[in-house]
Amino acid sequence: MSGRYFALGIAIVALATLPNWMTGVYYINVASQILFYAVFALGLNVLVGYAGLVSLGHAGLFGVTAYATGYMLQLGYGHPIAILVALIVSLFAMAIYAALSLRSTGIGFIMITLALGEILWGLAYRWISLTGGDNGLSLQTRPEPFGYSLSDANAFYYATLVVFFLSLGAITIFVHSPLGAALKGTRDQPRRMNALGYHVWAIRFIACLFSGLLTAVSAILFVYYTQFISPQTLALTSSAEVLLMVISGGAGTLLGPIFGAGLVVVVKTVVSGFIERWNFLLGAIFVAIVILMPEGLVPGSVRLWRLAWRKRERAAKVVSGGAEAKP
Amino acid sequence: MSALTIKGLCKSFGGLHVTTNVDLNVEPGERRLIIGPNGAGKTTLFNLITGELTPDSGSIELLGQDITHVPSRRRAHLGMARTYQIITLFARDTIIHNVTLALLGLSPSRWNPLIDLRRQGHFVENAQKALEQVGLGHIANRPLAQTSYGERRRVEIAMALTQNPKVLLLDEPFAGLSIDERRDVHQLLLAIPRDVTIVMIEHNMDVALEFAERITLLHFGEVIVEGNRAEVVADPRTREVYLGH
Repeated sequence: MSGRYFALGIAIVALATLPNWMTGVYYINVASQILFYAVFALGLNVLVGYAGLVSLGHAGLFGVTAYATGYMLQLGYGHPIAILVALIVSLFAMAIYAALSLRSTGIGFIMITLALGEILWGLAYRWISLTGGDNGLSLQTRPEPFGYSLSDANAFYYATLVVFFLSLGAITIFVHSPLGAALKGTRDQPRRMNALGYHVWAIRFIACLFSGLLTAVSAILFVYYTQFISPQTLALTSSAEVLLMVISGGAGTLLGPIFGAGLVVVVKTVVSGFIERWNFLLGAIFVAIVILMPEGLVPGSVRLWRLAWRKRERAAKVVSGGAEAKP
Repeated sequence: MSALTIKGLCKSFGGLHVTTNVDLNVEPGERRLIIGPNGAGKTTLFNLITGELTPDSGSIELLGQDITHVPSRRRAHLGMARTYQIITLFARDTIIHNVTLALLGLSPSRWNPLIDLRRQGHFVENAQKALEQVGLGHIANRPLAQTSYGERRRVEIAMALTQNPKVLLLDEPFAGLSIDERRDVHQLLLAIPRDVTIVMIEHNMDVALEFAERITLLHFGEVIVEGNRAEVVADPRTREVYLGH
């Protein structure tokens, strides 16, 4: 247990001092990307991992927030208002999403979220007066919370880090709360949960809203990071990418989606500079993960580590046992 | 006032009448056994009583209150608990977490997203108490995946009992148990206080007959015979459709 806290402490220190030991603005920007995609993946994980509801339309919601922010800024409102309105619009969109897709679970849920995501993608493409169509929307400035300008890469990294820790803290508390336990219960035995007195639909609806909130938060970071939003962000491939982050890292774990986000972003941005067919590489990595550790990178590594540890202990026992037997 | 009153209950799946005009009246504190051959509609009747299925017609009253259109989850809050014939537990969690979920289901704090469930002492204590009651106190923290079938049956019963139900529906609590385990569960059921009304579906006649005061025989969704133990066992129709010659 103390080993876990020790590792966590090292990770926090490493993240907090990253701009000091990581050379180059490029890599600091990559780190920022990993962090806000991790928030996105954590948000999707609320549904995929803890509610057992796989959504293939989260990029659509992500896009709604990003467009709402961009549009509000274009109308001339300030950053705080733009962010607030974007969050409210996103939660509203998520509520509609949830009301429609929670009519079913399993494949039905996947298909409805997929369809809704595609509708939003189509709207982003066609509703040119609002979204700028293929040209997208550009953001002129980044916000200046408490007078600190986020236009510089380091400052933006720190802002993202703070939001990331807040999001991780929120989901950690949620997962260990009674409501979190109830949500996991509805994932494993919805029928039993209903008979025990739980409102299964309402619990899932709340989980959708929480997932939507984290998605919106990550989308705001994204849109300020790129200072640009186009329909491509809402495409099905984006939804699939986040889902892969969650599944490859380990759905239903707190750290899995973070590592998954790290893996996907690093291959997509850094490795793609060296290997032209980076999509092929990413695919190969996923196949390897599915074969070697189907439960995901984080729980899979823990399992392999324990296995190796036990083997070593057993080997040590055999050696000492043999020594005793000799005389 | 009866604990459970069912009047003219009907349910059909397409052309198949699974429950036909069933009337049932269970007095408070009664031990009622429901028997019948496979496919007689026993579990369907339970699903109608708990609200997992909606009846086509008829009414259900729990302690004098009409609950025909009350959703399943509300019935738990009104004092109804059930166990399942096919064990329906949370396999990824520990035994005590299973029971805690049962306790939490009736508590307003089930909506709380901010407190740490593991630190809620009263849940842990009450869940532990329920597990002591069914003789599983010593393995409370064992993952459910590492328990035997007989232990899981007892977890099912502990979860139902910990909700302090007024009416307890047991769907084949002895199914798949060894003779020893059957005796343990039997003792456990005999120890349930009389303020709990019990309706039980069971095929193991040796234990079930000893337990029940009144017996209802279902056949093709209809009540064929109803009466006390001696009456039902002696009835020629019971011999014909159920007990055999």
